Amino acid sequence: MTDDGSNIIVVKDLVKKFGTFTANDKLTFEVRKGEIFGFLGANGAGKTTALRILCGLSRPTSGFVHVAGFDVSRHPEEIKKRIGYMSQKFSLYEDLTVEENFTFYGGIYGLSRKQIKEQTNFLLENLKFHKSKEILIRALPLGWKQKLAFSVAIMHRPKVVFLDEPTGGVDPVTRRQFWKMIYDTASSGITVFVTTHYMDEAEYCERISIMVDGRIKALDTPASLKQRFNAINIEEVFLKIARN
Amino acid sequence: MKTIRYILQKEFIQIFRNRTMLPIIFLVPILQLVVLVHAATLEMKKIEMFVVDNDLSGTSRELVNKFSASPFYVVEQVGFSVKEAEESLKQGSVDVILVIPSDFEKKLHKEENAKVQLLVDAINGAAAGLIYAYSHSIIADYSNQIFLELSRGLIRGPETISLTTTYWYNPDLNYKIYMLPGILVILVTLIGMFLSALNLVREKEMGTIEQINVTPIRKYQFIIGKLLPFWIIALFELAFGLTIGKLFFHIPIEGSLLLLFGFASVYLIAVMSIGLFISTISSTQQQVMFLSFFFLLTFIMMSGIFTPVESMPDWANYVNIANPLAYFMRVIRMVLLKGSGFWDISREFFAMTGFATIMLTLAVWRYRKVA
Repeated sequence: MTDDGSNIIVVKDLVKKFGTFTANDKLTFEVRKGEIFGFLGANGAGKTTALRILCGLSRPTSGFVHVAGFDVSRHPEEIKKRIGYMSQKFSLYEDLTVEENFTFYGGIYGLSRKQIKEQTNFLLENLKFHKSKEILIRALPLGWKQKLAFSVAIMHRPKVVFLDEPTGGVDPVTRRQFWKMIYDTASSGITVFVTTHYMDEAEYCERISIMVDGRIKALDTPASLKQRFNAINIEEVFLKIARN
Repeated sequence: MKTIRYILQKEFIQIFRNRTMLPIIFLVPILQLVVLVHAATLEMKKIEMFVVDNDLSGTSRELVNKFSASPFYVVEQVGFSVKEAEESLKQGSVDVILVIPSDFEKKLHKEENAKVQLLVDAINGAAAGLIYAYSHSIIADYSNQIFLELSRGLIRGPETISLTTTYWYNPDLNYKIYMLPGILVILVTLIGMFLSALNLVREKEMGTIEQINVTPIRKYQFIIGKLLPFWIIALFELAFGLTIGKLFFHIPIEGSLLLLFGFASVYLIAVMSIGLFISTISSTQQQVMFLSFFFLLTFIMMSGIFTPVESMPDWANYVNIANPLAYFMRVIRMVLLKGSGFWDISREFFAMTGFATIMLTLAVWRYRKVA
């Protein structure tokens, strides 16, 4: 085991089957503390399945999965205290205001009233959104909702935050802002685990894994992958891997 | 404890921010009670009668007069053809046909015995029975009267045993004070079962449940946070409905309200758990609707709101052991109308406590934080 304490996620031979269909076939990888780890693959490659297992939302069929020092099969609730999650399907409460969403999520993660207030103000000020906290989520454009959902996911200062296709359907400007948030989060000490199928975004990650049909076909830094596959960008790397 | 408080706070904000919620809580009970209590009556008021009077004698006319003088009958048509009368019966424009044969008066005087025929539309069996009973008593009265007139002084009529009836607990046989508590039960059940089930599955539909499931929230905290608001609203609804009943229908409240609310509290836990269970096995609001409707309709029809449970077949009585509505229906009428105390309803109380425990356990067990 390569777990010397510098890895936040350790996965070995993870298998997830749905009946006869194998969604994750012997996945093995580690994520280091504080890094931005990109989890790439086409739609249906098994990214979300693996992510849900890492978050304790689904149980692995077999394999060793440790997140933030705990085994997902035995201590999922301990893991849940230490992670943040932003799902593919937008999940703030549409009929609550921005501030009410922050209060609710802060509250169920056990933050004190004072901490909730401080964190809400801090995160909203970063977004330059603190003047609009009385607005209902329903009334906001998608890009803003995504940025707020991300802020809520890191409100309780988790050890690692999982982002499932966070930039799906938003405009390029917002995507750029979103990646700025990801960088800020990582530099504040929170590990970021992000799935995406935008290959250009993969360039922003420190390390990426590329999944095809339930298996990890490549895992390295974007630069060395491009070198190894003799490609000008990650998209070309991905196409070369997918064709084999 | 703190976590539950945050969930409750969120739930109440959402409930009262929902524009359809306040009308559901305040308007629906008023409408249901006012409309349904009047509509769901078994009393016969306007029985429409077709008279085929082939005799056209003084005696026959007087018999017809007896009917039209009664507050229950409207002599809709008078004719001579049974065929025509049957046609009206078929069309549903009359409920009953009275056929008086042409030799009615003659026979009565000669043989002291005559016959009339009564044809009743019996599509609704209960109503037909009532029409028959009412008509029979009018004819019997008249027959007695004729008998006395004919025998004037000559024969003394047989000494008859006369029966005087007093109706206990509802001396005026006011159907409304019987129906109102029943409709109140349905109302409280709807709020408890339906709204809580819909609320939970809505989180599934919106996708917010997934966000909840990755938090360290405990199962029991989430369930209490979800059910408590509707528990409070349903109990409020019961109080609100009773107030309407007292003010507008003057329903008696003979027993202890504390006992009634105590029972209702346990009852609500049972039906809300059914709602919760339904929402755990459904993934859309539509599925919840269909499933809850199926259960509710069965429960309501078998609960004894319209027809006494005692007159149902044995198997129905066994099914009713698992029907929470049947218990509450009985208890609310016993407590309100009869003034029953705890020991009178203890069997129902303990049964309901057991039921609530089982359903809640089942629902909590079925609710999963993992997919």
